Amino acid sequence: MIFLDSLIQGILLGGLYALFAAGLSLVFGIMRLVNLAHGDLIVFGAYLILLLVSLLNLNVFAAALVAAPFMFALGWMLQKFVLNRVLGDDILPPLLVTFGLSIVIQNVLLETWSADSKRLSAGTLETASLAIGPINVGIMPLLIFVSAIVVILVLNQIIYRTSLGRAFRATSDDPVTASLMGVKPKNIFSVATGLAMIVVIIAALYLGVRSNFDPSIGPARLIYAFEAVIIGGLGSLWGTLLGGIIIGVAQTIGATINPEWQILSGHIAFLLVLLVRPRGLLPRAFD
Amino acid sequence: MALLETRDLTAFYGNFQALFGINLTLSEGETLAIIGANGAGKSSLLRTISGVLKSPAESILLEGMPIGHLDADEITSLGIAMIPEGRRLFPSLSVEENLEIGAYGNKQAGYWNLNNVYDLFPALTKKRNQPGTSLSGGEQQMVAMGRALMSNPRVLLCDEISLGLAPVVIKNLYEAFPEIKNSGASLIIVEQDIVQAMKVSDRVCCMMEGNITLSGTPDELSMDMIHAAYFGEEQS
Amino acid sequence: MSYVVKVQTSASRMAAIGTAILIPVAFILPLFASRSLLQDLFFIFTMLTLAQWWNLLAGYGGLVSVGQQAFVGMGAYAMFGTVILLGWDPVPSILAGGIVALLLALPTAFFAFRLQGAYFAIGTWVIAEITRLTVAQWKQLGGGTGTSLPRSATRDIMFVDGIKALFDTKTSVARDILAYWLALILVILTIAAIYWLLRTRRGLALAAVRDNLQAARSVGVDPDKIKWLTFLAAAFGTGLTGALIYMQKARISPDAAFSVVDWTAYVIFIVVIGGIGTIEGPILGVIVFLLLQSLLASYGTWYLISLGLIGIIVMLFAPRGLWGLLSDRTGIELFPVQRRLVMNKKLSKEK
Repeated sequence: MIFLDSLIQGILLGGLYALFAAGLSLVFGIMRLVNLAHGDLIVFGAYLILLLVSLLNLNVFAAALVAAPFMFALGWMLQKFVLNRVLGDDILPPLLVTFGLSIVIQNVLLETWSADSKRLSAGTLETASLAIGPINVGIMPLLIFVSAIVVILVLNQIIYRTSLGRAFRATSDDPVTASLMGVKPKNIFSVATGLAMIVVIIAALYLGVRSNFDPSIGPARLIYAFEAVIIGGLGSLWGTLLGGIIIGVAQTIGATINPEWQILSGHIAFLLVLLVRPRGLLPRAFD
Repeated sequence: MALLETRDLTAFYGNFQALFGINLTLSEGETLAIIGANGAGKSSLLRTISGVLKSPAESILLEGMPIGHLDADEITSLGIAMIPEGRRLFPSLSVEENLEIGAYGNKQAGYWNLNNVYDLFPALTKKRNQPGTSLSGGEQQMVAMGRALMSNPRVLLCDEISLGLAPVVIKNLYEAFPEIKNSGASLIIVEQDIVQAMKVSDRVCCMMEGNITLSGTPDELSMDMIHAAYFGEEQS
Repeated sequence: MSYVVKVQTSASRMAAIGTAILIPVAFILPLFASRSLLQDLFFIFTMLTLAQWWNLLAGYGGLVSVGQQAFVGMGAYAMFGTVILLGWDPVPSILAGGIVALLLALPTAFFAFRLQGAYFAIGTWVIAEITRLTVAQWKQLGGGTGTSLPRSATRDIMFVDGIKALFDTKTSVARDILAYWLALILVILTIAAIYWLLRTRRGLALAAVRDNLQAARSVGVDPDKIKWLTFLAAAFGTGLTGALIYMQKARISPDAAFSVVDWTAYVIFIVVIGGIGTIEGPILGVIVFLLLQSLLASYGTWYLISLGLIGIIVMLFAPRGLWGLLSDRTGIELFPVQRRLVMNKKLSKEK
């Protein structure tokens, strides 16, 4: 029974990891850019929600809604004024710039909020639970998992059903030819990063509601997100959800055996998949 | 005034100079064929006009407006579309999506829409939902041509339509040109297949080593003159 | 007319003469220098060694690792392990640290090389995390809280008695002098080895692999072999340095020894600010780094914020770093690795 319980907890936790990963996956898919500050941007988002909650006296969900356009603008500007300038054949400059950004964000947060851990409060929702047969499932983990599915559905609608999404895919395939269609690849990149930041604020909301956070936890979130993307296979958001679930299940089951093995078990699951299926479980057909 | 004009146009790949002062004019409704051996600079000329390669503003004029400095997407939005060498369909887009994205930058109305493109190339109708890259070479070229037409261009640049295709397929593709010209587009056709190019064009320019060595109407030019311009031999 | 291939420049000849004078001075420095200067120089030399190895990986090999802390930590822990569990002297244990780091690099490379381009970077980071979490389970070496070198081991480290007698000083000072000398030897050997490597055919192949994989393959370079060799060499050098740093610290914990900020972020900033892809860059970078540290270190977070911002600004506006700016203005190269065609004057005069 404990095993079944950890399995379900792990699957639900996978939803959170998929939310961490969706933005990373979107940006990588379109511009082959790995944003090493992705985890720190999620933590930054959690602090932003915290700030809005106390400033405007909102509940956390409303605060995330208010933060979303701000995050879009932030992502758009980050891409337009910084990352677009270093994107190119050489992978080194964007990696080093986002690594620098990661260090800057962590320390700005540390300077403004101190190292004390914080939490977002979702009121009674946090403790509410639902009995499914013999298993008690928390409403909050369930809500996170459903949100992850909704986010992936919406992103896939945008990518596969809109003119913007066509431009995303065309730019990802071949930016020069896309520009011959009147697509401005750099604008597409800016919009994509803006969109990724909206996913980041959703991830930030649930990160803060589900557990404590402090300025130093960003890199670990980046690593979980990265593992989920690689396990799933580049370019597939459903694969990313599957990857998140695998990490989540490995962590909760590892923790039932020995609490110290929680994080390590997730990483080992990642290595095993990388060993057996280096292109991930649901890779894109072409590339 | 000429629709499109190049003035002393040069192009560089790094330190390598591909074009040495090209002067060309294209009138409204005209079809200009550019022929020449491999490496003569034909594709570089189209890549420069379409904005993929950069050039000084004043070296390319669209109705007298300098456009040489603009990015490829801006030039496309002004009504200059390109069928790139090697077709370059987007592998993650279906046939229909490949056509639709052709209209991304230029949303002005005109003759060309999905229906009329399918009428021009009926073979594509049934394959509209397949990935563009799953088609045969000839069909892919049809998609690339339709994609460029979707923006209702005033100037259509065609880079080596015949590349890698069987003669019967090439003939088929060139049968679409009268209708393309009827829709009001002016064309610059870069082609290795001289016969096809001469058939559809009003004027022919021959390029060698980044220069234009010969130009005239197809009637004026004899095969010998073209050979001479092609290979740089002096005819006795 | 005839040409010869030349590598040497007049600046490099000057640099060689300068180095020939500087090295002996550096070795006899403990005779006059204060203990705190020696400690500062120890820090400079070890950071410079780490920076040179990272620069070889990323700047010359195109292998952007953000997981080099794995090898610092593993080297350090292996050193502690051989001292505490096997009772070795700390000095030979440093070598054990390098070898164990090299062994760790085998599975690391096996996994990380499966990841393309930018994902390689996070892949190395994941493996560093796995190593840290695994080492934290090693209860005999203090688990998650860490441990210290036993007094019995630090009391009579090899050579320390000799240094004590030679300089007529306390054990703690003699230990600092020993660490200083070892760091000096390590940094000289590192720079010499990398410089030598870059001037051999293998170094040319390395640049070829970074610049154009396909072209490198077509001229008979095996890119995988080159990548493996570079990665393993860097792991060995980084492991040695980690072991030496922790011999000097004499106290270790997983969080400190596998710190991404201390052993990778700082190192990256040193290389980027100084000038990536040059041997001179990290030397200049480590000096700037030390200056910034003495100015700002008391502000903690502000120090890291400014380092990060400077790194970003350099990448945006001067991607070849300070040395790149200097070298562009003056054309000076102290460690030339580029081959230049020079007209052979003697022969052309004869004509």
